[in-house]
Amino acid sequence: MVVARDFGGGSVSGLLRSLWRYRHFVLSSIRNELVTRFARSKLGGLWMIISPLAQVAIYALILSNVLAARLPGIENRYAYAVYLMAGLLAWTLFSDIVTRCLTLFVEQGNLLKKMSFPRITLPAIAAGSSLLNNALLLLAMLGIFALLGHGFTPAMLWLVPLAALVTAFALGIGLALGVINVFVRDVGQAVPIVLQIWFWLTPIVYPASIIGEEHRRWLYLNPLYPVVEAYQRVLLYGSAPDLGGLAYHAVAVAALLLFALLLFRRAAPEMVDAL
Amino acid sequence: MNGLVVENVGKAFRAYRSEWHRFGRWLGIPAVPTEESWVLRHVSFAIPRGQALGIVGQNGAGKSTLLKIVAGTMRPTEGRVVAAGRVAAILELGMGFNPELTARQNVRHAAGLMGVVPAEIEAAMPEIEEFAEIGDYFDQPMRTHSSGMQVRVAFAVATAWRPEVLIVDEALSVGDAYFQHKSFDRIRQFQRQGTSLLIASHDRAAILALCDRAVLLDRGRVLKDGVPEEVLDFYNALIAEREGRTVSVERLRDGRARTVSGTGEARVEEIVLCDGRGRPTDQVDVGEAVELHVRVKVQRPVPTLVFGFGIKDRLGQTIYGTNTWHTGQVIERPQPGDEYRFVVAFRANLGVGSYSIVTALHARDTHVGGNYEWRDLALVFSVVNREKTQFEGCNWLEAKIAYERQQRTVLQGV
Repeated sequence: MVVARDFGGGSVSGLLRSLWRYRHFVLSSIRNELVTRFARSKLGGLWMIISPLAQVAIYALILSNVLAARLPGIENRYAYAVYLMAGLLAWTLFSDIVTRCLTLFVEQGNLLKKMSFPRITLPAIAAGSSLLNNALLLLAMLGIFALLGHGFTPAMLWLVPLAALVTAFALGIGLALGVINVFVRDVGQAVPIVLQIWFWLTPIVYPASIIGEEHRRWLYLNPLYPVVEAYQRVLLYGSAPDLGGLAYHAVAVAALLLFALLLFRRAAPEMVDAL
Repeated sequence: MNGLVVENVGKAFRAYRSEWHRFGRWLGIPAVPTEESWVLRHVSFAIPRGQALGIVGQNGAGKSTLLKIVAGTMRPTEGRVVAAGRVAAILELGMGFNPELTARQNVRHAAGLMGVVPAEIEAAMPEIEEFAEIGDYFDQPMRTHSSGMQVRVAFAVATAWRPEVLIVDEALSVGDAYFQHKSFDRIRQFQRQGTSLLIASHDRAAILALCDRAVLLDRGRVLKDGVPEEVLDFYNALIAEREGRTVSVERLRDGRARTVSGTGEARVEEIVLCDGRGRPTDQVDVGEAVELHVRVKVQRPVPTLVFGFGIKDRLGQTIYGTNTWHTGQVIERPQPGDEYRFVVAFRANLGVGSYSIVTALHARDTHVGGNYEWRDLALVFSVVNREKTQFEGCNWLEAKIAYERQQRTVLQGV
C-alpha cells in the first residue's frame, strides 16, 4: 500500500471527499467548542439561550417602546423590532463566519505546522459553529416574537435555504480573505472596518424605503441585500422571498464559493511556509 | 521493503516582489519569485521496514523542515516522499489539547484529528486509558493535570495505532523516567512489527541506542550517511570545526572509521595501552590496573593545552571521560617542539566487550572553541573476564550478594 501524502490539494471534489472523511472530527469539534464555552459556569448550557434572548429582548423593548420606532405601513408596534431582528439574524451569521475564517489559519498556525490533516476542516468547523449559534439566536427570536404576538408562519421555513445561502456566501468571502491574510496580514486589520461600513450600507437598522428612489438602484450592488431582504420578508411579512432575484444571487454565490475553494486548493501548500 | 522513501527532496522558500504576484500565480498568471532560498536540497534516503534512521545536524541545518515534509504538513518544492502507510509524528506532544475538556474528550479530539473514526477510537479507549496510567484524572479536565500527565495522555493517543512510519522528535526526553522507559518499549515494539522510525535528536545516546543508520544534514544537504557511530563522530568533529577546517576520516582494518579533526596546534604522536606489568596490550582483564601512555607534540604556540581522553563502548557511547582542565592540570604556554607524555592510570572496571579510546587536545574545558586535535577511535582494546564472577553490563561493580532464610510465620486459630 502506498499512501500519497496530500491533504491540502487535489481537486475540489478531493477537498470535499476529505471533508466527508473527517466529518466526525468536524462535528465533535463544533460540540467541543460549545462545551468549552460554557464549561465551569453554573448555568452551563442555559447561557446558550439566555444571551441571545437578552440581546433580542433589549432590541424589542428599547426600540419599540422607548424610541417608539415604527415601520411605515404596518400597525403592529413591534414591527420595527421584528424587522431589525430579521436583518440582524442574517447579518450576524454572515459577519460571524467571515470574521472567524479571516483569522482562522493564522491562529491555527502552530497546529497546521505540526499536524497533517485536511485543512478544509477548519473553515467547516467555523461555519458549523456559527450556524449553530445562529440557530440558537433564531430560537430565542421566535420565542420573543411569540410573546409579542407575532406567531410562527410556514413561510419561516424559507430560512433554511436562506441560511444556507448566507453561509455559502460568507464562506466564499471568508475563505479567500483568510488565505490572503496568511500572506498579507493587513487584510485581517482592514476587513473588520469594511464589515462595519458594509453593515450600515445594508438596510438592516433602517428600512430600504428611506433611501430616495433615484439612489435605490445602488442597493442592488450590495450582494447581501437580496438575502437580507428575503429574511425580512419571511420573518416580518410571512411571505415567500423573491425567488427570481435570489436565483441570480445563488448562482453568483456558487461561483464565488467555487473560486474560493480553488484559491484555497492552490494556496494551502504554501500557507505553512508563511506561518 | 522500504517503509519510507525520500527522493531528491528539496524545499525553497520563495519571496515575491509583491504578494500580489504570489496570488496571481495561483490564478495561473506567471510570476517569477525575486528570491528563492533553498533550505533543503537533494535529500534522499530510504528506511527499510522495521529500521530506524537518525537525523542529526546543527540548528538551521534543515532537520525540522525535513520532518515537516515527511509528516506531510509542508510540501516539498521538488522531489517526493513515499510512505508505506500512515505516518504519525510525535513532534509536539499535546498539540491542540483543550484544558477545559477531560483527557477522554481530548483523546477523542486528537484521534479525530489523526483521521480515526469514532468506533475505532472507542475501541482503543480502554487501552489508551490503561497506557496513560493517570487513574481518575482521565475523566478530569486537563487543566487539573500536571504536565507529566498531559505528556502521558498525548503519547498514549499518538501511539494508540501502529503507524508505518513514526517520526520522533526531542519529545521523547519528556516525562518521568518510568514513562520514558514505557514509551521507548512501545516504540521498539512498533519497530519489531515493521514500523520505520525517523528520529531527530541531539541526544547522542538515543541515536546510538535506537538507530540502524544516521544522516548528517548540513545547510540543507546530506553531508554524511552511514552507521550512527561514524556519522555522530563526524558531526562532533564538525561542531568543533565551524570555520570549516580539517576533518579527516581514516578507514580502520575492521571497517570502522576514525575521524580526526582539529586545527593542528598540537598532535597525539603515539598512544599505547599498557597492562599491569607495563607491557603494551590490546586485551585487558576485568578490573585490571592499566595505564594509557600518550605522547603529544606541540606544533604551534598556544596559550593553554588541555589533554582529555574518553572510553567508548562498541556503540560509541561514552563510558567515562575527563580532561586536565577538570583535574586542574592545564599546561600554560607550551612552545612549538615541546613534547609531553601523559600517563593515565585507571582500573578497567568494565564489562566484557570491545572499547575504544578517544583523545582530545584543546584550549579549555570542552573541545568547542579551540580544538587542536580530536581523535576518535585513537585506540581499540577489548576487555575479557578471566577471573571475576560472571556478570552482565558495561560496569564491573563487584557486587556482593547476601541472603538468609526467613522464619515462616504460622497462623494459629482464626
